[in-house]
Amino acid sequence: MNITLNGTVHAVDDGASVTTLISQVTGRNLAPNGQAADGRKLGVAVARNSEVVPRSQWFVTALAEGDDVELVTAVQGG
Amino acid sequence: MAGTTVAGVAGTARHAAADPFIVDGVHLGSRLIMGTGGAPSLDGLGAALIASGTELTTVAMRRYSPAETGSLFQLLVDHNIRVLPNTAGCFTARDAVMTAELAREALETDWVKLEVIADEHTLLPDAVELVDATEQLVNRGFKVFAYTNDDPVLALRLENLGATAVMPLGSPIGTGLGILNPHNIELIVSRASVPVVLDAGIGTASDAALAMELGCDAVLLATAVTRAQNPAMMGEAFKHAVIAGRLAKAAGRIPRREHALASSAMEGRAEFL
Repeated sequence: MNITLNGTVHAVDDGASVTTLISQVTGRNLAPNGQAADGRKLGVAVARNSEVVPRSQWFVTALAEGDDVELVTAVQGG
Repeated sequence: MAGTTVAGVAGTARHAAADPFIVDGVHLGSRLIMGTGGAPSLDGLGAALIASGTELTTVAMRRYSPAETGSLFQLLVDHNIRVLPNTAGCFTARDAVMTAELAREALETDWVKLEVIADEHTLLPDAVELVDATEQLVNRGFKVFAYTNDDPVLALRLENLGATAVMPLGSPIGTGLGILNPHNIELIVSRASVPVVLDAGIGTASDAALAMELGCDAVLLATAVTRAQNPAMMGEAFKHAVIAGRLAKAAGRIPRREHALASSAMEGRAEFL
């Protein structure tokens, strides 16, 4: 199925969770609690259809066709 | 006498070290908060941050890009520098609250530098949206570091709404014009019971020293270091400037006088016939 990720069309498996999407995009394995499996900080957050998805809910939140997902991280800024 | 001087200098150094910047119960060893915007490379930025001695540094929240995996966040974690996410680029309270929520999830901190700007030309805070966003964020449990105009009335309003710190601008972001209204900054400091951080407009070290002499608790700057010809050297200059200004404020400056006042005694002069 297709979702919109950061403004562009992005293909994910049907019923994929937010955790699956973040792993796919960042190349990091995630534990069910939303922390990176390697123990280092992940530093990203997700909004789905303009609602923030808390880290604790990533694993149990299934994406749906046409979802609008924003995946953000810290960058340089004043 | 030389011995006395050395002891005096050592005492001063101890004073500076034992003078932490306490905000939200957290003790920071430096009163210089650094921004990270404007640095051409992560390596150069890292060197400047280390030279500045900062222990708290702002970041912006933007879309994740797999291409940029030399992560700023990791750099700050590696150097044990606390992160202060900002809401830069937000024009409305709604966008600022959303950005703060994302930052809290991503960076696992409830501290936020609240920036709600009116337009891209001036980058000045929009007071109405700023007040609205402060109220909403405080209600959601955020520790709000409110970037504000140098308006003593607005600063007090933000404090009364529950802001953790108020951060008046010296002059517009990125201008390097220094502190355009020192009287207002002094007035804000004199009425505040939360930390006051001079934020924005700093051009060079003397501007930061002045902010501290006016009674500010800390200084926040980015461009003055990241776009200096030698960012690491400028970072070090600001480290000393903030300490110098803080010491000068505590030491108590002499009153300004209209006429000269000799420091050498007139009595006992030799007489030449």
